[in-house]
Amino acid sequence: MLTAFVTLIGVAIVIFCLLRIVPGDPVAMMISPSATPADIAALRARYGLDLGLFQQFVIWFKAVTAGDFGASISLRRDVVELIGERLPATLELAFAALVFGVLAGGTIAVITTLLRRTPLEAVFEFLNGLFLAVPDFVWALALVLVLGVAFPVLPLSGRLDPASAPAFVTPFYLLESLVRLDFATFSDLVAHMVMPVLALGLPLAAIVARILKESLLEAMGQDYVLLARLKGMSPLRLVLQEALRNAVGPTLTLTGVQFTFMIGGTVIIERIFAYPGLGNMAIDAVINRDLPLIQGIVLIFGALFILINIATDALAVLLDPRQAHG
Amino acid sequence: MADAALSPAFSRAGGKTLRALLGEPRVLFGGGFVLLMIAIALLAPVIAPKDPLEQDLMLGTLPPAGFDGAEAGYLLGTDDLGRDVLSRILHGTRIALIVAFVAASLSALIGTALGLAAGFYRGWTDRIVSRLVDIWMSFPPVLLSVLLVAVFGPGLHSVIAAIVIIDWTRFCRVVRAETIRQAGLDYVTAAETVGFSRPHILLREILPNVVPILLALVSLEMGIAVTVEAILSFVGLSLSSDTPTWGGMIAQGRQIVYQGWWVLVFPLIALFSTVLAFNQLGNGLRLALDPVMRR
Repeated sequence: MLTAFVTLIGVAIVIFCLLRIVPGDPVAMMISPSATPADIAALRARYGLDLGLFQQFVIWFKAVTAGDFGASISLRRDVVELIGERLPATLELAFAALVFGVLAGGTIAVITTLLRRTPLEAVFEFLNGLFLAVPDFVWALALVLVLGVAFPVLPLSGRLDPASAPAFVTPFYLLESLVRLDFATFSDLVAHMVMPVLALGLPLAAIVARILKESLLEAMGQDYVLLARLKGMSPLRLVLQEALRNAVGPTLTLTGVQFTFMIGGTVIIERIFAYPGLGNMAIDAVINRDLPLIQGIVLIFGALFILINIATDALAVLLDPRQAHG
Repeated sequence: MADAALSPAFSRAGGKTLRALLGEPRVLFGGGFVLLMIAIALLAPVIAPKDPLEQDLMLGTLPPAGFDGAEAGYLLGTDDLGRDVLSRILHGTRIALIVAFVAASLSALIGTALGLAAGFYRGWTDRIVSRLVDIWMSFPPVLLSVLLVAVFGPGLHSVIAAIVIIDWTRFCRVVRAETIRQAGLDYVTAAETVGFSRPHILLREILPNVVPILLALVSLEMGIAVTVEAILSFVGLSLSSDTPTWGGMIAQGRQIVYQGWWVLVFPLIALFSTVLAFNQLGNGLRLALDPVMRR
């Protein structure tokens, strides 16, 4: 916990310093050309840009720890409010991709374990290598071409069709539409998510498949599995009931790390599909040199990464069979 | 001479290593493709059928050869400004390879230096370097690279600098772990007994044994660097849209995907095959050069 906290403070310091060396004055970009030097100075004072670097950091750090991230310069709105609107969209996307990646990867691992030493194993291995090597950016664009243009079955951009969008109470559209049993909206949201989820989830599925298969093969060689096999247990039950439980450990740890990479990947994937999430807003913020917004978003990402690491460690302890038998 | 006797990397004959490399299909495929790319990059002005910058709005968004409306001489069609897609891809190879080689070498240099120091001297050096790596890894890489390029201003130098600043951690983590492993091996103890100085042991004994894994990482990093350059061009933060880059073409193709899919397809294929080739080369090198994996 302490190291996580130190890391987060480190992230805050790095991001703060980095943004102070940005050339280009954000104030110059938001003020009208007819403004007097006095107007500019007033605006600089309002955003605290006239103070010393260390003073700025202290003020900023105090505000941030109190949950106040300031106001976005380009959108002229509260940063926390903006993040609150966008973060749920990104979280829904990332968790959908996580579930897809783990389920697809897990299924492939079990299938390839059962197909050991058959010609099909080589086919799966080849495909797996391909999915491992090719980054999400390339998958996303390939999907755009195949499912958006060649066979236009899926919408290319956005989170949902604005024409049929109901009024939502929460920013978690997917969950809310499910809770309301509004299946038309739900399926529209899912249709918009399919391509970004595939782009984000396929590389994850490939790496989960590879590591889980390695662990499964190792577990299959253990004495207790041999014993179960001698007792006549079917291969599928053997893998699912005996080997899987002891093989999930390394995969879980790896999935945690990969999940943080994937959340980082949402930035460009959201851009490609014009998905209104945090990442898409982040790129706009950078292009507009919107310092308060960038700081807020990067800190949220950093906190998210650290939370995922903590959750992964906790889950690994919980799922460890040795812990269960205490 | 004593080094040669002590260090396992040197005691293996060079010929054996070469045979292992040539016997690995991934090295042959990946390496062959990379050599082809280098040839294309060097010869781009000679082999490109058209000037990659020449615009002709009368010849805008022509489809590739074999499709209705195709024009002779434009094998892969033209973009919305009438520029030849094939020529732009061939010229784009240059930027892709420059970024790949420069960014990967510089990240390797920094990451290896810090990784060796942290893994060999441990203590405070290790604690500081490891904490730094942790902090670095808490940033989403794409966001950080976009941010860095915004800080430095768009351009090739900024793209390379951004990749180096982000990706030295990949080398640092692996080299640190490998150095710790190597430092526990007998040949290092032997070198200590003989009385070699610490820097000598690190640079002359341990470093050569880290090189195989380093080569593999450099090749993988080149694939990553090519992708990052494409991503930054895609977001509009790399080179100006005049300079032919694959990422710039991809961004342009994404915008006019309904009018001219080929402007997106062909640079995407170029990017895909290049990433795959560097990846295969890296994995092949790791398999061929790692004595444990070879056995």
